[in-house]
This record gives sequence, structure tokens and C-alpha cells, in this order.
Amino acid sequence: MTQLNFAPPPPNTESTETLRAKVRAFLDIEMAGMSAHERAASWGGRNPEFSRKMGAQGWIGMTWPKQYGGHERSALERYVVLEEMLAAGAPVGAHWVADRQSAPSILRFGTEAQRQFFVPKVAKGECYFCIGMSEPDSGSDLAATRTRAQAVDGGFKVNGTKIWTSGAHVAHYMILFCRTDSNTEDRHSGVSQFIVDMKTPGIAVRPIYDLSGQHHFNEVVFDDMFLPESALLGKLGDGWKQVTSELSYERSGPDRFLSTFTLLLEGFQMLGRTVDDRSAIVLGRIIAHLMTLRRMSRSIAGMLQRGEDPAVQAAVVKELGTSLEQDMVEALRLIVDVEPDGGSDNPYVAVLAHTILHAPSFSLRGGTREILRGIIARGLGLR
Amino acid sequence: MSETTDLLRDMAERLFGQACDKNLLGAAEKGVWPAALWAQMAEAGLTNALVPESAGGSGLGVCDALVAVRAAARHAAPVPFAETLLASWLVAGAGLAVPAGPLTIAHASGAQAPMLTQRANGWRLTGRARRVPYARSACAIAVLMEVDGKAFVALVDPKLYAIEPGHNLAMEPRDDVIFDCDLGVRDVAPAASGADARTLRAFGAAMRSAQIAGALSRVLDITLQYTQERVQFGKPISKFQAIQHNLAMLAAHSAAANAAADMAAEAAERDMNELVIAAGKTRCGDAASAGAAIAHQAHGAIGFTHEHILHFFTKRLWSWRDEFGKESDWALVIGRAAASAGRAKIWSDIVTA
Repeated sequence: MTQLNFAPPPPNTESTETLRAKVRAFLDIEMAGMSAHERAASWGGRNPEFSRKMGAQGWIGMTWPKQYGGHERSALERYVVLEEMLAAGAPVGAHWVADRQSAPSILRFGTEAQRQFFVPKVAKGECYFCIGMSEPDSGSDLAATRTRAQAVDGGFKVNGTKIWTSGAHVAHYMILFCRTDSNTEDRHSGVSQFIVDMKTPGIAVRPIYDLSGQHHFNEVVFDDMFLPESALLGKLGDGWKQVTSELSYERSGPDRFLSTFTLLLEGFQMLGRTVDDRSAIVLGRIIAHLMTLRRMSRSIAGMLQRGEDPAVQAAVVKELGTSLEQDMVEALRLIVDVEPDGGSDNPYVAVLAHTILHAPSFSLRGGTREILRGIIARGLGLR
Repeated sequence: MSETTDLLRDMAERLFGQACDKNLLGAAEKGVWPAALWAQMAEAGLTNALVPESAGGSGLGVCDALVAVRAAARHAAPVPFAETLLASWLVAGAGLAVPAGPLTIAHASGAQAPMLTQRANGWRLTGRARRVPYARSACAIAVLMEVDGKAFVALVDPKLYAIEPGHNLAMEPRDDVIFDCDLGVRDVAPAASGADARTLRAFGAAMRSAQIAGALSRVLDITLQYTQERVQFGKPISKFQAIQHNLAMLAAHSAAANAAADMAAEAAERDMNELVIAAGKTRCGDAASAGAAIAHQAHGAIGFTHEHILHFFTKRLWSWRDEFGKESDWALVIGRAAASAGRAKIWSDIVTA
């Protein structure tokens, strides 16, 4: 019978723990004076200066080949840096997507020229990407994409609209997923990926404010935008295969269960060293689930390192992880007697407000809960 | 996972899979001791897995032993396998000879807890041990008690105690044992360093975590199979999205239970880190509750019958989640430790765990 296997993760080594100590020392200095509210933003918080410093430390592109500015470290060493950053609430948002999936896609599917041009800049923490997937009529149903790149002399002409594009207003490049052939029977063929310079004429980026009034995501409209042939990423028509291979990276990491960790820490701070039994049980249960998820997520890091395809396991981690993040908010809300207020001087009160207002997005971004459950069901052989 | 671990898992899976059919499980609920199954386990070297080779045992590591325990639980083997391993660990650790045959463990807790007093030429054991697994079937009970702040292990023969039968939800024996007897000097020894009541409870929690993971993985198999066979509205119910989403969560909880049980097993083998085992048992307990509920919902009324095999597994899940500390007991330990460590140490404690 079908079971989802999570092999034991690679063990911590002396080198991972030396690295961990180094990251913590770095964070002690760089994070000094950062407000709880800023820390609560987690990987939604952008700070290009911080990203450049991380790049200088060699903590972006850690597993990539040295010839492209990478550092040829293990997946587990990369994991150590990611989880330490997230646990501290470091503002890693500027480079996060580029490091997690855009540059790895370019390394995997890109031309030699693309690798040499983009990847070293990403590794330096200077070059940021956004993801052009969702459209007004194509959200979870990604294959329904209508943005079209039409072959023209010397390249492609792109028309269409992307939406919910996080960071499109600050990213240097987008990896655009769009249709290149409308005459296919199979919805999963005839789609391709392009690397789009966000300064290209014909792009309009309009802000969409989220329910908290913040500007994270955007609508991006392409109006007869010209792309040279060199902008094509991978093979024409292979977009579906390429984009789905990104998703194991997108869904399995510690960003799927540590993005509310600041709230947990502030909750502990608020409750003090001696907590009542009811609160201790609530908090202990959250930690038990976190520890298990961390093991599962590190197990996937090991599978990715070995070249396996843990797409279904990644869906499990994201679904359990984002559910835990959302449950955590509610659990803490009921044991600490305050009302959430983003303007409060009390760090817990302010972080609680931030987290409540962002929690709905956890099980939407990067694949909705319903899509993930469908992927798991397919992995179980039910579809 | 090493090759020997895989061989062990396959062997145990085959042994328990062949022996534990519906008749055997039904008979065990009525109190029939599966003597042939136990003999096979002993023959295969499973029952003395934690006894060192120098003392005539198989000398397996804790993780490997728990692989076999998990396989037994996948087939709801109605025998005190985990308890025999715990008892042999205590007894061998104390330098006493480990008897052949099923063993179980008791420790001092609750009112009238078992108490050991030194006499001129031996010991006197009195008191009541509660809900001792399979006491009625054991060839000896290993009782862990403190004397003057030091842990001692007493190995007690069935002739020396009385039993008041009881059972858990799965009809596994959980008997009260009444001691009022004299023991010889060679029946009692100081426990191995570190083998105190707290460690025994943690080791037991790691065992139950493995058992929950094993039983839940079987519940997943049974439920996947049933929903792909059962036809309603002209198609297998596994084709309905509502069912698929529930099954996805059942599989996710099963995977989490496996990971949590692995985590607890590794901690038990390494250093008996109580917080890691606590986290494993808490997560397994939560998975047991959520998983059993989904499985029953997917089965409909047939899964609620005694005729169907599902209950052999779900009743064990509902029992095991409470034994050796339920979710709230262990979450309390974790939560208090984290709070008293303080905010600056919480993350580093999670990582070193």
C-alpha cells in the first residue's frame, strides 16, 4: 500500500553547528534594535542591505556551483542558515524567492549565458525575483494561464495579466509562466517560462493592498511586451514540467512552519518563566508539532540533495506546517489576555495583530490547502 | 536505514502479518493468550532484542528494536512485546538474569504504590501496581521502585502476587497487581545508572509512539483499500474530492506520526532526552486522534462493527495515546521547560533536540 516515506534526515555535523553559531553571532549584531513588528514580517520583510550582507557571508546560493557564485555547501548547511534566519525573524524577503526557486530553476533549465548572468548576482544578494504564475482567471488552476507569448521576429510578444505577484514592484526580474501555443489538446503542454527584466517596456505594475493595508502583491499587465529569444527559460513548451519541479523547493522549507515563530517567542516572553498548566500545555503542544515538522522538512532537504522528487512530501509539510501556523495564532490568542493591536508598544500585542491579519495567506500562497490535499491524494493513488 | 534494519522490518512484518489474523485478534479480545505467536517471536530473537548478546540476547539497538515493535503494532499483535523489551532493559541493566517468556513492568505511582523494604535476609514487597500491561500472562514482573532515593529493580514471580483483571479499550490486559511478599537477595538489584521511573516512563512513551505510528500506518492502508472498493453514486468513494481530502490528511498525520516516532526512537537510543520523546509522543497522540476519526468517517457504519477489522487498530490508538503519558501530560513537560528556559533559549533547545 502507498505510504509517504520520510527518510531520516541527514544528521547535524560539526560543520553545521559551527555554521549555526556563526549565523547566530551575525544575527545578534545585524538584528539589534529591530522591532518585534519588523521581525513578525518573517520572510515577507524586505531589506536589500541585509540581503547584501547575507550574500557577502556566502549564505545565499549556498548549494550552487562555485563557478556561478555559489558555495557548494550541503543542503543541510543551507537549511541551518534558513531556519536560523526565520527563527530570528530576519528580513530575508528581498532575496528569498530568488534563492529558493528562481536561481535554482535557472541553474537547472537555463542556458549557460543565463546562468552566468543571473546566478552570481542572486548569490551576492543584489538581484531579486518575483514569480509570475497566478492570473485573474487562473489561480489554483495554473494550466488555465491565458497570458500569451507569441513568436515574432527575433523573440516573443507578450500580452496578458498576472496577479497576486508578491514583490513585483521591487523585484528586478520575474520568471513568467505563460502560454506559447494555444493549439494543444493537453492543457499541460504549450506553456513556457521566461526570464523577464522588470524594466522592459510594456510592463505596468499596479499595487494591490492586502487587508492590513500593506503593499506586498501586485497586478502586472503586459501590453505588447517584447522579449528576445534569449529570455526563454528552458525548452519551449516545457513550462509545466519546469514549474512543477520548482514546487518541492517552494513547499518543503522551514518558511512553511516558522513564519509565525516570532509570535510564539513573544507569547513566551509575555507569559514569563512560570506559566500556568493550561498555557504550558498549549505551548508545549505547538513545540512538539514544530519539532516533528522540522524533522520532516529536513528529511525533504536530504531527498532534494540526493536528487529525489519529494513533491508529495513537500505538499504534506506545507499543509501541516501552514495549518500549525494558523492554529498557533488561535491557541495563543486564547491563553494571553490581551486584544490584538498593531499600534501597541507591547511587542506581543503588536505581533499578534500582524499575525492574525496575515494568517489567511499562509494556506493560500504557494498552493492552496485544497490543491495540496489534491496532490497528496494523487500521491496516494486516488486520482 | 541500514540493510539489516530493512531485513529486520521485512522479517517482522512477515511474522506478524501471517500470525495476526482476525481470528487471533478476536480470540485475544476474549482472553486467549497467543502462545504460538509468542513462540515464533522468541524463536526469531525479537523478545530478547534489548538483551545484550553477552547475556544471551539479540543485542539490537533501540531503534532497530522499535522497528520490530512498530511492525507488531501494524498487525495489532496482542502480546506484551514493548513491555517485555522494557522489562528486559530494566532487568538486564540491573545485572539480573532475564527470564525467558513474556515480561511486563510496573513502577511505583498512585495510592498504595508498590514499596520495597530491606529485611535481614532479603526484601519485602507490598502495595498495588495499577494497570500493569498483560500482568496475567507474564512469567515475571519487573518492578521499579525507590529505596532511600535510589532506584531498585525487583523481578517478581507470578506465584508471589495477586491480580485484579482489567483492560484497555482494545481489550489488552491492564491488570492491577497486589504485592505482599518476601523476595530473596537475588531477586532485587540496584537499577542501572539513569534507569529511574522518569526514564522508564519516557522509554515507554517512545515505545507507544512507535506502536501508534505502526497502527496508524495500517489504518491508512485499510482505509485506502476500503474507499477504493466501496462504490456509491456509481463510483468508488475514493473518487470524491471530499473523501480524498480527508484521506490526504489521514496520510499526513500518519507520516507525521512516523517522523515523530522515529525522532523519539533515536532519542531513546541516544540519550533518553525526555523533551524529544515528549514531543514525539505528543505528536503521535494527536495523529492517533485525528487519524482514527478520519478512518471511521471514511468507513461509515461498517467500520463501526465488531465484524470489520478497523476497530482492532483504532481501539489501540485510542488506548495507546493515553498510556505512558497522554498528549497534555507531555505537552505540559515541554511547555514548562521552554517557559523556564526563557525566550532566548527556546529555539536553540528545539534545534539541539
